[in-house]
Formats: sequence, C-alpha cells, structure tokens
Amino acid sequence: MTRRGLVNALLVLAVVALFVLPLLLDGGTSDFGGTDAAVTAELEADGYTPWFDSLFSPAGEIESGLFALQAALGGGVLGYVLGRLRGRRTAAPATAPGVGEQ
Amino acid sequence: MHIAEGFLPAGHAAGWTIAAAPFVVHGARAVVKEVRENPESTLLLGAAGAFTFVLSAIKLPSVTGSSSHPTGTGPGAVLFRPPVMALLGTVVLLFQALLLAHGGLTTLGANAFAFAVVGPWAGYGAYRLARVVGAGLLPAVFAAVALADLATYVTTSVQLALAFPDAESGLAGALLKFLGVFAVTQIPLAIGEGLLGVLLFRVLTVNARPELERLGVLEPVPLATTGGAA
Repeated sequence: MTRRGLVNALLVLAVVALFVLPLLLDGGTSDFGGTDAAVTAELEADGYTPWFDSLFSPAGEIESGLFALQAALGGGVLGYVLGRLRGRRTAAPATAPGVGEQ
Repeated sequence: MHIAEGFLPAGHAAGWTIAAAPFVVHGARAVVKEVRENPESTLLLGAAGAFTFVLSAIKLPSVTGSSSHPTGTGPGAVLFRPPVMALLGTVVLLFQALLLAHGGLTTLGANAFAFAVVGPWAGYGAYRLARVVGAGLLPAVFAAVALADLATYVTTSVQLALAFPDAESGLAGALLKFLGVFAVTQIPLAIGEGLLGVLLFRVLTVNARPELERLGVLEPVPLATTGGAA
C-alpha cells in the first residue's frame, strides 16, 4: 500500500471511530434522538402549536427509505464523478505531470 | 438544523424567506454562468452537490447521546465559491421538505439561510483566512468544511432564539439553550465532516488537477520543476 493510500485509509478509520466511540462509550443508555426533533418537542412542551403542516409526511418505514434514496443518489453521483476523473487520469498518464504523487 | 414545518412564527418565516431569496437567485445565476462558461466544471459541480446531498441525509451519533447530520456544503463553497452552494443547498432542503417532511416550506427560507448561505460563507471565509495566513490546502479545507457545518447549526440556534426568547433570561438565555441542543452535539460531526472533506480533496488533487488549477484552488505546477515534482 502506498503512503497516500495508507493516509486515506487512516482518515476513513478516524471518521468511523469518531462515530462508533459515542455508541460504545454510551453503553446503551441514550436513544440518540435527533436534535431537530428535540427542539420541536421542547417548543411544543412550552405550548407552541405549529401553524402549518407538511404537505406530505411519509410513514416511518417509507421515510427511512426516502432518506436512503437521498443518500444513494448523492453517493451514486459522487462515485460516478470520482470514477470518471480517476479513469481520465489513468487513461492518459503521460499528459499529467506531477500527478500520482502528492 | 432543520426547523420543522410551521415552527417559526409567520413573521419570522416571511423575514427569513425574504433574506434568503436574493442569495438563492444569485446562486442560481452563478450556477448557470459556471456551467455555460466552463462546461468542464459540470462534473465537479455534480460532485459538490452530491456531497451535500449524501451527507445531509445521514444522521450520526454524537457524544451528547443525541444524533444529528452533517451539512456537506463546505467543499462546494471552496471549489466554486459560496453563491453556487446557495442554490445547491436549497435544492437539498426542498427535496427534504417535500418528500421527507424534514424541515418545511414555511421554514425553507430560514433553513436555507442557515444551511445554504451562512454555512458556505463561513466555510469559505475560514478557507480564505487559513490560506492567507499560510496554511496548506488540506488544513484550510478541513477548517472550511468543519466550520460550514458548525456555523449552520449556530445560525439555526440564533433563528430559534430570535423567535422564542426565554421568558426570564431573554434572547441570550434562549440562545444558550438552543446552542446547548445543537452546537455541542455538532462538534464531533463537524470534525468528522472536516476529515471527509480532506479525504475528498486528497482524491481530487490527484485526479482533478486541471480543474482545481483553473478554479484557483491549486497553484499550477511551474514548468521548470515538473520533471522532479514529487
């Protein structure tokens, strides 16, 4: 593995650790509710009533599916772009001076 | 950072919509101009939009025992300047408001102001400042991406505090309360997002060098040193 690949792998590991650690340290005592929902719950407890409702509110399972769709669209396009850029470089290695090491 | 549908008083909702609208319109024109003048930008523009699309969909656990999501608006702000992200970020928010009941149409203006205007500008400001004081590209990208994330949530806290000042402690008390919910949870997420931004730019500096040079993110390699540049 090149030094470049190693650093990239370590970056990925650091990100994973950053989000696994809270789960491990917590030991199952928190329910990790969303901060957005926490605020609306607090405002409603203080007596605020929303004056407009969402036009369309997906049921629980549908909602998680739509969130997954959003992530899939973003991940798919990002992968497509990075793959094309990489393919372009590896297809023409001689024309790009200084590339390959950084 | 999504203020839920109907959760801002009508006056605030209208005010933030009026405040955000010029940025979004200007952003739309910036995107059209960029694509028209530099068609080769389209790929990276897609990457910038895709980055914010995927990151804002993923809720992550934080040390506070609650979860939140990153924003992903930093890389686009660094690459294409903030106006472009005003449009791309608002498209993301609109998708979530219409399909996911996350955020809302009445709060779209306020959310766009936090997510698509303040976040990208704060990130871009951090990037420029870091470069001016001599930081390398990657540390500057880390600062930009992390700060774009954090600034968005701070802005949301300010918006909520303005709308719901505390009965006893007033605006400052309410701001502290909302910052306590949003900002503290967001710190590890902002760090993680900053690292992802660094990873993205490490890949881009190798594979998209011509684009980054044209966008002014990377210095062109001087011809004299090309042979031994490594």
